[in-house]
Amino acid sequence: MAAPQVKGASIAELADGVRAQKWKARELVESYLDRIARLDGRLGCYLLVDADGARRRADQIDATVAAGRDPGLLAGVPIGLKDIFVTRGLQTTAGSKILRGFVPPYESTVSARLAAAGAIALGKLNMDEFAMGSSNENSAFKPVHNPWDLERVPGGSSGGSAASVAASLCAGSLGTDTGGSIRQPASLCGVAGMKPTYGRVSRYGVIAFASSLDHPGPFGRTVEDVATLLEVIAGHDPCDATSIPSPVGRYRQACDAGLAGMRVGVPEEYLQAGMDPEVEAAVRGAIDEIARAGAKLVPVSLPHTQYAVATYYLVCTAEASSNLARYDGVRYGHRTAEASSLEELYSKTRGEGFGTEPKRRIILGTYVLRSGYYEAYYGKALRVRRKIADDFRAVFDKCDVLATPTSPTAAFKLGERQADPLQMYLADIYTVAPALAGVPALSQCCGFTKGNLPIGLQLIGPPLGEEAVFRVAGEYQRRSDWHKRLPEDPS
Amino acid sequence: MPRIQPDEVRTIAALARLRLSETEIERMTHELDAILEYIDTVKNLDTGNTEPMTHAVPFDCPLRQDKPKPSLSVEEALQNAPRRRDSFFEVPRIVPGAGEGS
Amino acid sequence: MSVDRYEAVIGLEVHVHLASRSKIFSSSSTAFGEEPNSCTDPVCLGLPGALPVLNRAVVDAAVRLGLAVGSHIRPRCRFARKHYFYPDLPKGFQISQYEEPLCEGGAVEFRVAGESRRVRLTRIHLEDDAGKNIHDDSGVSFVDFNRAGVPLVEIVSEPDIRSAEEAAEYMRALRTLVRMLGISDGNMEEGSLRCDANVSLRLHGAEKLGTKAELKNINSFKHVREAIEHEIRRQAVVLDRGEAVVQETRLWDPERGLSQSMRSKEHAHDYRYFPEPDLPPLAVDQDWIEQARASLPELPESRYRRYTGALGLSAQDAGVLTSEREIADYFDAAASACAAPAKKLANWIINEVLARVADPRALAAADLPVPPVALAELVDLVEKGTLSGKLAKDVFGRMWQEKRRAGEIVVSESVAVVSDAGLIEEICQKVVAACPDEVARFRAGQGKLLGFFVGKVMKEMGGKANPKTANEILQRLLG
Repeated sequence: MAAPQVKGASIAELADGVRAQKWKARELVESYLDRIARLDGRLGCYLLVDADGARRRADQIDATVAAGRDPGLLAGVPIGLKDIFVTRGLQTTAGSKILRGFVPPYESTVSARLAAAGAIALGKLNMDEFAMGSSNENSAFKPVHNPWDLERVPGGSSGGSAASVAASLCAGSLGTDTGGSIRQPASLCGVAGMKPTYGRVSRYGVIAFASSLDHPGPFGRTVEDVATLLEVIAGHDPCDATSIPSPVGRYRQACDAGLAGMRVGVPEEYLQAGMDPEVEAAVRGAIDEIARAGAKLVPVSLPHTQYAVATYYLVCTAEASSNLARYDGVRYGHRTAEASSLEELYSKTRGEGFGTEPKRRIILGTYVLRSGYYEAYYGKALRVRRKIADDFRAVFDKCDVLATPTSPTAAFKLGERQADPLQMYLADIYTVAPALAGVPALSQCCGFTKGNLPIGLQLIGPPLGEEAVFRVAGEYQRRSDWHKRLPEDPS
Repeated sequence: MPRIQPDEVRTIAALARLRLSETEIERMTHELDAILEYIDTVKNLDTGNTEPMTHAVPFDCPLRQDKPKPSLSVEEALQNAPRRRDSFFEVPRIVPGAGEGS
Repeated sequence: MSVDRYEAVIGLEVHVHLASRSKIFSSSSTAFGEEPNSCTDPVCLGLPGALPVLNRAVVDAAVRLGLAVGSHIRPRCRFARKHYFYPDLPKGFQISQYEEPLCEGGAVEFRVAGESRRVRLTRIHLEDDAGKNIHDDSGVSFVDFNRAGVPLVEIVSEPDIRSAEEAAEYMRALRTLVRMLGISDGNMEEGSLRCDANVSLRLHGAEKLGTKAELKNINSFKHVREAIEHEIRRQAVVLDRGEAVVQETRLWDPERGLSQSMRSKEHAHDYRYFPEPDLPPLAVDQDWIEQARASLPELPESRYRRYTGALGLSAQDAGVLTSEREIADYFDAAASACAAPAKKLANWIINEVLARVADPRALAAADLPVPPVALAELVDLVEKGTLSGKLAKDVFGRMWQEKRRAGEIVVSESVAVVSDAGLIEEICQKVVAACPDEVARFRAGQGKLLGFFVGKVMKEMGGKANPKTANEILQRLLG
């Protein structure tokens, strides 16, 4: 049995092969582990590779197949998990020193669902600390390098999740998106990634950054792979009180359904003068292709877009300052070596354990929640948030899906934006509004710059409108071959 | 007129139990000032009677049955404890009553 | 006395531990007294990634409490995070309710030295309890999270209380109420009923409230009285000196009988409340409220009024009967099966039944030796005259020991009082004939000797003579 060519392989192909006994799950795992061993030193995608666990799991899948039993939809498919998903018995750090050595006694719902479907977790993927960042440079351990250009960032905060799929260090991965942290790295790494409707995918076992904005979601090389993964992880979870009870849609099927009769809105606020010309050209090209495929283009407006980034940074930092209060050295994680009082225990532990970006956001979040400031800042932000959500509700009366750029630029150089946090925040301009509104949004590759850097197209749907998004995404992908391009393996 | 001063950052850092070095405080004051200036733009928007959006889901709080389920074992609960004594988590001496919220 | 110049204005914040089987936001057991850290889960340990899920029974208990005190139950209420750092608070915040609590308004009625009082409530809301810190003599403390996540209601009163004694009675009334509702065992010593007191003084007749001090660490009804009395005296002294009372928190020290200021040094508490994003708003609809209302037992004050009113019981007896739900339920069940006056039934319960149980809650046990209907039967037998009071006491003792019914004992052992006048007459004549000296002395004026003759007749008849009949016959025979 020849070992499968895993570079650029799709999830469906790999799983089909395992079920048909074309190859063994163990062979798949070895192929990916081999690539990781050879290449990840240059890329930095994995914080932890669980070779033993993956091999054990693969052998179990192979035994199941040999015994004639169904190994599951994702039979033997090697996947990576952003290190924000709690994994029982396997270190989970959220990219932070304050959780170095933390071994959870329980499993996140989504990683359990993937395993139950036969997928094999290869390890934990690098990320910006506590999901705060857009370049994966805020990881406490090491940065991630963009497989398309090692001197550039992969995007963030799910940088490892995006880069590992791009470099075929796993067949698919899970990340989280709070203000763009799946879509933006997907865009910068030339892969597909989706932020589902808020509540569509359980947050139980997802280390919290901003509770009302955190969305776990899948990465894949193709939109079909993303749809397949989403079908497995989505659905109601009684352990998450914000989990949507409605049945999971047929996302994989929707990818093939075509977009006849669909109206695609183009919000004027997202394609403004002064955009990066290459990004604009690629995105407009994609929109034109979608129109040629039979969609009706509708000019629309999301009038409160200009307030989205400010609103996002008010809401997410407030919630983050609260969610990060539990890291105090008492029950788990880093604890300062010497503390003569409780106050010292807390302040030194947290001062030592948190990196710059979490500290910055904790301070900002604490500031906006202080009594006397609440109404003017956080209270106000929540009202603006509703206006932003109302913009989307109104626009989806006129169209089925929106098409926009994902990121204002392609991948920038490592270190380029470290000096100015505000600059980094402003790059989230296209992704934060759908997160605030909780509507589903996907990014897929729609072109490359002259420097061979990927450019992403963002498709946004109404709440629980993932199928509409996949219809458009699937059709566009059929008419393009950006997704077939693969980066060179780092030498 | 700067929106935030180093003393205020110190106060907030204390509230958040974050020990910051003087350099960090200085740098952070500067950065937060710029960020706050940008964030202040939301004040320009008239939100009138708009309801605050605290949740992105349209449903009410789900409820669960009052059925006890097996707990973590003591070992599981304590396995990550940086400092423990028998079945307890250990912390520096607490002055009774001080610092307690309720 | 300087205190007399001032009127004490007191409000209490009471926390009640709700007796659900699992915690408010997670499914660990709420069992008390287990090995430390053996009843925890990711949620109540505050592990990264854990999420709260609300317990229906906890909400129901709070709704019933709100209805029992006449609060308005919000159709939709919200949870909020209350932030502070402390080792027993695993998440670094408590999930509580701030701007939109479950219940608003309401009042608690009770009696102080026989007089009716009514204290209005501001609100009742739900929250989770913290773990427990244990201190030893070395430089460290220990934390047990078994209690973390146990459900609490916080009951906030208006500052309607005017004395330490009233505060203690208010606390007792709350205890009786929560036990009557079956939602908590209301035990102050074990911490399932806790209170903080806000105390201020003002001159009599003044309208404006004085500056208040908050008292904490009050662990028994006795402490409620002592701590508040002490605080009233302390503030009076301050005001008499022309100084201002400082708004602060003071910790009661029961050993030394005084309070110490806990004024926080660097940072005042800023709880930074905001709506809990992990829990959507809680809806309690009319159906739920009506079902809860229908399930309410008759409440202590209402029962008290019925017992002292229509049933004519004394204040003291009514007080004992309404002190626990199980006693009142027992009484009501017995009374509905009993033709005798309520007063007699009350006596039997208070003097005989309660004397034989260590804990009044045993009255609800399925294996109680003398259930209410059995007591009713016995009391009716006395009322009918079948048993004398003394005989009945013996029978009761047998009933309790042997779990038998009165009617059955009377029949099988001929315990009944003999009322056959003919038979009694015979015995009386016999006794009179046998005691000529005593007869002579009685006729000479020693009226007290009647008892002697009655005793003799009783002895002859094995204690079963109807005493009234024997009395009448003897009086006639002795002239």
